[in-house]
Amino acid sequence: MQNRAHFVSIEELRDRIERVSSVRRQKSVLPFGMGPIDQHLPGGGLALGALHEVAGGGNGALDGAAAALFVAGIAARTTGRVLWCVTRQDLFMPGLVQAGLSQNRVLIVECRDEKGVLDCFEEGLRCNGLGAVVGEVARLTMTASRRLQLAAEASGVIGIAIRRWRRQAEASDYGRPTAAVTRWRISILPSEPLPVPGIGRARWYLELLRCRAAESADYVVEACDAKGRLGLPANLANRSPSQDAWTASAAR
Amino acid sequence: MAANDAAIAAGLGIGMVASKAQALVADLIMVDLKPEDDLRELERLALWFLGNFAPIVAADPPNGIVIDTTGADHLHGNEVMMLTGMINRLRAMGFAARAALADSWGAAHALARFRASPFLVLPAGESAAAVLDLPISALRLDAQIVVALRKLGFERIGDLEATPRAPLALRFGPEIGRRLDQILCRVPEPIDPIRSPEAVSVRRAFAEPISAAETIARYVGRLVQRLCIILEEQGLGVRRLDLICHRVDSGLQVIRAGTAKPVRDAPRLTRLLCDQIEAIEPGFGIEIMVLSASRTEPLDAIQAVSSLIKQPEADISDLVDVIANRGHLIYRIAAVESDVPERSFMLVPPLADDDEIGWPLHWPRPSRLLAHPEPIQCLALLPDHPPVNFTWRGIRHVVKRADGPERVFGEWWKRDKELVAVRDYFAVENEAGERFWIFRQGDGEHSDSGPGRWFVQGLFG
Repeated sequence: MQNRAHFVSIEELRDRIERVSSVRRQKSVLPFGMGPIDQHLPGGGLALGALHEVAGGGNGALDGAAAALFVAGIAARTTGRVLWCVTRQDLFMPGLVQAGLSQNRVLIVECRDEKGVLDCFEEGLRCNGLGAVVGEVARLTMTASRRLQLAAEASGVIGIAIRRWRRQAEASDYGRPTAAVTRWRISILPSEPLPVPGIGRARWYLELLRCRAAESADYVVEACDAKGRLGLPANLANRSPSQDAWTASAAR
Repeated sequence: MAANDAAIAAGLGIGMVASKAQALVADLIMVDLKPEDDLRELERLALWFLGNFAPIVAADPPNGIVIDTTGADHLHGNEVMMLTGMINRLRAMGFAARAALADSWGAAHALARFRASPFLVLPAGESAAAVLDLPISALRLDAQIVVALRKLGFERIGDLEATPRAPLALRFGPEIGRRLDQILCRVPEPIDPIRSPEAVSVRRAFAEPISAAETIARYVGRLVQRLCIILEEQGLGVRRLDLICHRVDSGLQVIRAGTAKPVRDAPRLTRLLCDQIEAIEPGFGIEIMVLSASRTEPLDAIQAVSSLIKQPEADISDLVDVIANRGHLIYRIAAVESDVPERSFMLVPPLADDDEIGWPLHWPRPSRLLAHPEPIQCLALLPDHPPVNFTWRGIRHVVKRADGPERVFGEWWKRDKELVAVRDYFAVENEAGERFWIFRQGDGEHSDSGPGRWFVQGLFG
């Protein structure tokens, strides 16, 4: 009985906090389609109408290759055009098409500086005809991220900031607080072993470093498929023992 | 005598005597000069510039066009891109053109004729120094004055500038001093802009000069509304919109907004102009504001897509216009049928039709492509094994897994050098799992297919 009372009061407190804070209860979410991640995220998926932060781990903090694919996979599962704001354009569109994001949906904005990127990012988030807005920035201050978050809340468009730095030393900036709802780090893992010579499907170590109203977590996932969906690695998913044994023997 | 490229190649020159040219080249085609036709064509060309490049344009006979590009270069990226765009489009129309961008009309006139090859952009404040070295014929003086000055030993504009004015004025009149002052930006030289007869424009004169940004914004809104009413009567939409502010001190301040599709929506056009209000320097105040649609296109009402038939696609041309008018590049990427990665895509306008070609997707492609392939040091078994290890940007990577080769042949129909050129692409993965897209120039067996050097070109995610 005491336990239940405790539980009710926590729920009530949550309700009250939601009422006083500017963040409304997130109704619409974009599920990843992967049980463990979706169950963990509040609402059952990545909140639409919110700002999310993504960065690469290791060398990925500089090149942002895996981060771009992860974001392309999310953007592919929305509807409508995608605005992608960059300062130096090095996206290779065939690679993004393989993550499910059609070249006809991506509008690339090339800005002179990061100020321009934030400017276009916000402008895109204010327009409610888009599916997703992506901005590649190195510095994201609390003020700037707050503006983006408010713009996203107003229009219901998902905003994703890819944090990408020029030097490895600057990547420690990722620890600073921002107004983003979730913060992800994607590190590259050795690909899935194949029974023949060659490279298997890419695997990522996905860290949810920060999430509003949920604990942080980490996952090992398979990279986006042609529809932009992540996969569970074979040795983690529920498979029959014989198949697992086969994979293990092939790896050796 | 004027001459085209073929004539110059045959040994003739501009300004040569006609009889001498006929003696040098048999079967020479000579056409009489018709100054009126030339002038008419020049004015037509100026109108074309008005619609495509800048709001203040005038013909500068006999063979020039003067453009005030203030407030217009952002629509083309930057000043260099604007000038190269002008020259390329003129070349496509069959004109050989040279262009220079400088602080004054006189300096640009002189530099375009004597320095530009085929274009020259001088940063603000540097054109005065650049013109001092030019010959005095660049000064837009009468031919007789130039000849007389040469006799006196003046060759360069700098020589004239270093000479006391009074004796020159006594002998040749005030013309030399005026031209010198104009070329060195000491006195203003206003351009009398041409107006296209069909351009729709509205104007408003103020009893008291205005200068506050809010006031300007309010009157811009009213002018746009008036303009939209006229456009609606004519069934037109705006592609280029110019706001010309006449200042009390007779200076002109111009802002220009461009749209990707014809627009007649007053709030949208007002917003595009008001975004740039800080670019206007009102000085002592603005007394006349003219709003003119210098390029218009027919805009008819179309039936909206019913949500019963298919989901209507959101209109984002508003967003595209706002971003483009702030000076950012906005584009989409479309496929080009080429196997060479750096040639396999092109930039298309954001609202262009969908690309139906697409890329073949049976090989994995990287998500980031380096601006230029970067050379790496490799240890590999020839001819068709992937490298065992490689060094890129000073870091050694040991290859654990690899895929390839994927052979890409040179495009011999583009360049003769590529007739037998070959690239072999590999996807390789190092110990940490990082995947690189690397290639070797040549097939590893025949030295004429490529020198066998290795490069990294892309990064997989």
